Amino acid sequence: MKRYGKYIKPYLSAFILGPVMMIVEVVGEVMLPAMMADIINIGAANRDIPYMITKGIMMVIMAFTMMVGGMGGAYFAAKAAMHFGRDLRKDLFQKVQKFSFANIDSFSTGSLVTRLTNDITQMQNVIMMGLRMMLRAPGMLIGAVIMAFTMNASLALIILIVAPILAIAIGTIIRIAFPRFELMQKKLDHLNSNIQETLTNVRVIKSFVRGEYEEERFSESNEALMEAGLNAFKVVIIQMPIMTFAMNATVIAVVWFGGNQILGGSMPVGDLTAFTTYVTQILMSLMMLAMVLLQSSRAVASSRRIGEVLDTEIDLKDDDAVNKDKVVTDGRIEFKHVSFRYYKDNHEKVLDDIDFTIEAGQTVGIIGSTGSGKTTLVQMIPRLYDVDEGEVLVDGVNVKDYCLHHLRNGVSMVLQKNVLFSGTILENLQWGDEHATEAEIRAAADAAQADVFVSSFPQGYETELGQGGVNVSGGQKQRLCIARAMLKKPKILILDDSTSAVDTATEAKIRECFRTTLRHTTKLIIAQRISSVMDADLILVMEEGKVVGMGCHDELLASCHAYQEIYDSQMDREVGA
Amino acid sequence: MDEARIARLEKKYSRKATEKMGPGPGPGPGRGPGRGGARMPGGKPQDAGRTIRRLFSYIGKDKWKLVIFIICIIVYTVASLAGSYMLRPVINNLVSEDGSRETLFRSLVMMGCIFAVGIIAQYLQSRIIIVVSQNALKKLRDDLFRKIEKLPVRFYDTNNHGDIMSRFTNDVDTVGEMLNNTVNQLISGAITIVGTFALMVYTNIYLTMITVIMAPLMILAGRAVAGRSRRYYKQQQAALGTLNGYIEETVTGQKVVKVFCHEEIAEEEFSYLNHDLCRKQIKAQFFGGIMGPVMGNLSQVSYSLTACIGGILCVLRGFDLGGLTIFVNYSRQFARPINEISMQVNTIFSALAGAERVFDVMDREPEPADKADAVSIIDKDGCFYYEAAPGAGGLSAEYAAVHGSRMKGAVTVEHVTFGYVPEKTILKDVSLYAKPGQKIAFVGSTGAGKTTITNLINRFYDIDAGRILIDGIDIRDIRRDDLRKCIAMVLQDTHLFTGTVRENIRYGRLGATDAEVEEAARMASAHSFIMRLEHGYDTMLEGDGANLSQGQRQLLNIARAAISKAPILILDEATSSVDTRTEKHIERGMDRLMAERTTLVIAHRLSTVRNANAIMVLENGEIIERGDHDDLLAMHGRYYNLYTGLCELE
Repeated sequence: MKRYGKYIKPYLSAFILGPVMMIVEVVGEVMLPAMMADIINIGAANRDIPYMITKGIMMVIMAFTMMVGGMGGAYFAAKAAMHFGRDLRKDLFQKVQKFSFANIDSFSTGSLVTRLTNDITQMQNVIMMGLRMMLRAPGMLIGAVIMAFTMNASLALIILIVAPILAIAIGTIIRIAFPRFELMQKKLDHLNSNIQETLTNVRVIKSFVRGEYEEERFSESNEALMEAGLNAFKVVIIQMPIMTFAMNATVIAVVWFGGNQILGGSMPVGDLTAFTTYVTQILMSLMMLAMVLLQSSRAVASSRRIGEVLDTEIDLKDDDAVNKDKVVTDGRIEFKHVSFRYYKDNHEKVLDDIDFTIEAGQTVGIIGSTGSGKTTLVQMIPRLYDVDEGEVLVDGVNVKDYCLHHLRNGVSMVLQKNVLFSGTILENLQWGDEHATEAEIRAAADAAQADVFVSSFPQGYETELGQGGVNVSGGQKQRLCIARAMLKKPKILILDDSTSAVDTATEAKIRECFRTTLRHTTKLIIAQRISSVMDADLILVMEEGKVVGMGCHDELLASCHAYQEIYDSQMDREVGA
Repeated sequence: MDEARIARLEKKYSRKATEKMGPGPGPGPGRGPGRGGARMPGGKPQDAGRTIRRLFSYIGKDKWKLVIFIICIIVYTVASLAGSYMLRPVINNLVSEDGSRETLFRSLVMMGCIFAVGIIAQYLQSRIIIVVSQNALKKLRDDLFRKIEKLPVRFYDTNNHGDIMSRFTNDVDTVGEMLNNTVNQLISGAITIVGTFALMVYTNIYLTMITVIMAPLMILAGRAVAGRSRRYYKQQQAALGTLNGYIEETVTGQKVVKVFCHEEIAEEEFSYLNHDLCRKQIKAQFFGGIMGPVMGNLSQVSYSLTACIGGILCVLRGFDLGGLTIFVNYSRQFARPINEISMQVNTIFSALAGAERVFDVMDREPEPADKADAVSIIDKDGCFYYEAAPGAGGLSAEYAAVHGSRMKGAVTVEHVTFGYVPEKTILKDVSLYAKPGQKIAFVGSTGAGKTTITNLINRFYDIDAGRILIDGIDIRDIRRDDLRKCIAMVLQDTHLFTGTVRENIRYGRLGATDAEVEEAARMASAHSFIMRLEHGYDTMLEGDGANLSQGQRQLLNIARAAISKAPILILDEATSSVDTRTEKHIERGMDRLMAERTTLVIAHRLSTVRNANAIMVLENGEIIERGDHDDLLAMHGRYYNLYTGLCELE
């Protein structure tokens, strides 16, 4: 709870005014029946028409005041809750922006998005409801009880009996129903994932003729959902009749005992009507309280999920960096006995004692089978993860001593999972350099062999890309990503399997451009194809987290068994050998 | 943040938000009930009468239950009216000179009885409708599912999954909402309004005038508020959609954001959208929130006026106190059923629109039925035999010769022309022949029509011109299910099901033994990695096998195809995600798999197709080169260029 203080403070007045305004409404609601009783008990009994008119006008004024109170309450509650949500959402988003790769890995993307969207909305709604109900329900309860007791204490005892019974009954229903609804939700999720699966797998289902089998499976989970639904609803539908029962029983009791008092002359008849109104109000506010509690329990879950993100420790910071002003100038890379694992409790190291040096301006190929640690290795250079042992140096300075911004501006990386954002091609390329001139953008696109196809689009660089770049082919997407990375004019350029969908001829052209335009940039190229790395200055062969071969193509072909195997698997023996 | 950027942001995301509003929100795990309201209560239903009749067929079979249901509603509404009216004689008895405890007691007992009947009826009606509606919803979902199972693949091409999902979830839900509440509230609301009004007139005509004046006022006020509320709510939802879209895109690309040090810009843009949302939210929530106070307190005004004028009438006209008591109660409750009914109208509209969207799917044309005399293929312990349809029909006589013979798996494609849409031909006059047991490979750019050919062979789509024969039988004369059973497919997009590894492999042949499952896994070189999984073959796969690498998923897909003993095998980029070294290792298993089966292979990597009996090079739907590897290289054509890396496969 403490963490939310800072979101309440700036809007404290709204947070206070909201419930206070609601109190105006409650006070009126409690007062009106008493005034009505006065009209009957005093006005009608004494045949005092002016008194009745005065009271009537007062009641109407009261009703309008209540309306103002209610509207004000709604306004301040909305204002408070929405600002709260806005600020919380902003902090949450900023927190996510500060996340390291390891932090991002520990949450799934989907769950992060849900926390930023659904969970915040959920909290906003509950806060708003809370502000409006917080004082209203208990206020009405207390007010009505007080009025009832001052009016007729002995009759009010009935409420003391009925209210707890009703509270217990509602509580029991909620306690039984809640887990049943949770179960129903689970069955619903199950059914939905069943449908989802069928939709995506429809070709498999059809080709293996498993339609009936799937229908059975669906029917089973559908049946289970219905059962769960019936089970849950069966319980909650008791609530309304119980409520009606409590209300009616109380009214009858009040009329019976009150009636006797009236007959005995110890109670004015007008109080009877007022009294039944108070009884209704008390029972209603009990229901309302139950609702509020139920709703808040959902917000608690959301709050916990939001807290998890806010409390996540950013495990990669540059606060202790000693060389904050240093920028990457040459692009020399050194790995000194580097070891790394993603999860600290894992035995197997993803990188195991890696040790090598890359001179500035060199082109380095990295090759090895899936899972051998190639991607992990290069991610150490822009310090996307921190090494467990050893150190990574760029231009002779430990990457941990750089300011992250400077380091990452000097190291450009094309990730394996390429992402383009919705917007024009131009906007996407500008990610590399916001202020790049058109000529610069064209030059980079040209080097990445992207200008050819971009120019062929009717709208050229103004072509809109769908989210994730859905309207360009895989190879085109990769070339755009390379152009984007080149625009940063980095000292070190890393391509993580970024030309896999580009044909060999185009890829060769890109490599040729690297040689000419990026002569002074250190280039690291991860590839599946031998042909992509064959002419590199240096090739690293990786296997199970270790560098098992290092050298140029001919050297490795002569000495490195793993390299030979990869070579053999790709080259046509008749042609190649 | 400069204005140009703001304008760009607005343009970009408002467009996206409206796109998203269209087909309804996509499904997703963890979608809480809160987001259900994201879709606006949809458009007006087209043919309400027909839809209602059709919906009725889902609840109509329990006619007697419905009759009891309606009787119950009437009973409890009337009971609550009557019960509250009883207060009048009770109070009049109390204030009269000869008031007695006996009369009071008798009246209260009667009142109690009336209430008791009402409560029982109230419980019964909700109990009945729950059972009826839950059953109806189940049947609706079952029917919908059974229907989509039978729809042709074309349906899935043209409808996005989110949209189909939302018919199962949102649309069925709105129908459920209507069944659960609407009927009950409409009937009881109508009775309450009419009954209350009648009782009011009967009790006191002058006081009724107050209600007659106040009621339209309240309805007008309610409408004014509701109209604004709806308008701002729409704006709020659009802004929320925009912001959520921004969040989704940014967080999904978070790693790229970091690599490009783009965090600050992202925060700025986010902040702008966030503030915009907040402004709109406050408006929407305010107008949504004042509905209650405005309506409730107008009721209080009506109550106050009634109390005051009623009191005066007591004095001047001798109006009875009991009458006044029940009248103030009535006047306060009068607005409630009116509001309820007007709110139900929205529910009904969106439910009918939802039902229409569900029925729309049910009315789609399913895959055409098999011909009456289509040839069957019988699976006898992994050997497939033809069986001509009995009877003296022309076709069965035509294929009588194959009756009882074993399926060999010769595939003939004769002058096939096909397009997914009439305007665009994908395959032009394609012909080819695969002898039983041969391996035929297809090579060509994306969109050249490779996958299309395989989709035609198992009749995912029916051809426009030409014909496809298996062992000389036109595939349109074979029962579709039987045809598909004897063609095993491995698709590029790996699809696995929630369940254990074993279950997933067994999907290829449900009757397979555990030993056969392992045998198939070995053949696909999947056995060794499966054994390294935590629970081996019993490891649960969730969400399309998210815990496996893409290459591993492909191996499981191959194993699934291997276990079915189908004589024809289609491999569509089956090993594209397996690295070349691993591919080399699994080569022998693949060779065994392909031996004795007619195999059609589509591959990006030319090394995989080298040893095919024939390689077809496709371009723009035509076979431009054909022959084996050596022939094609000697030809120095397209294949040669591809093989030597001179041109792009994209």
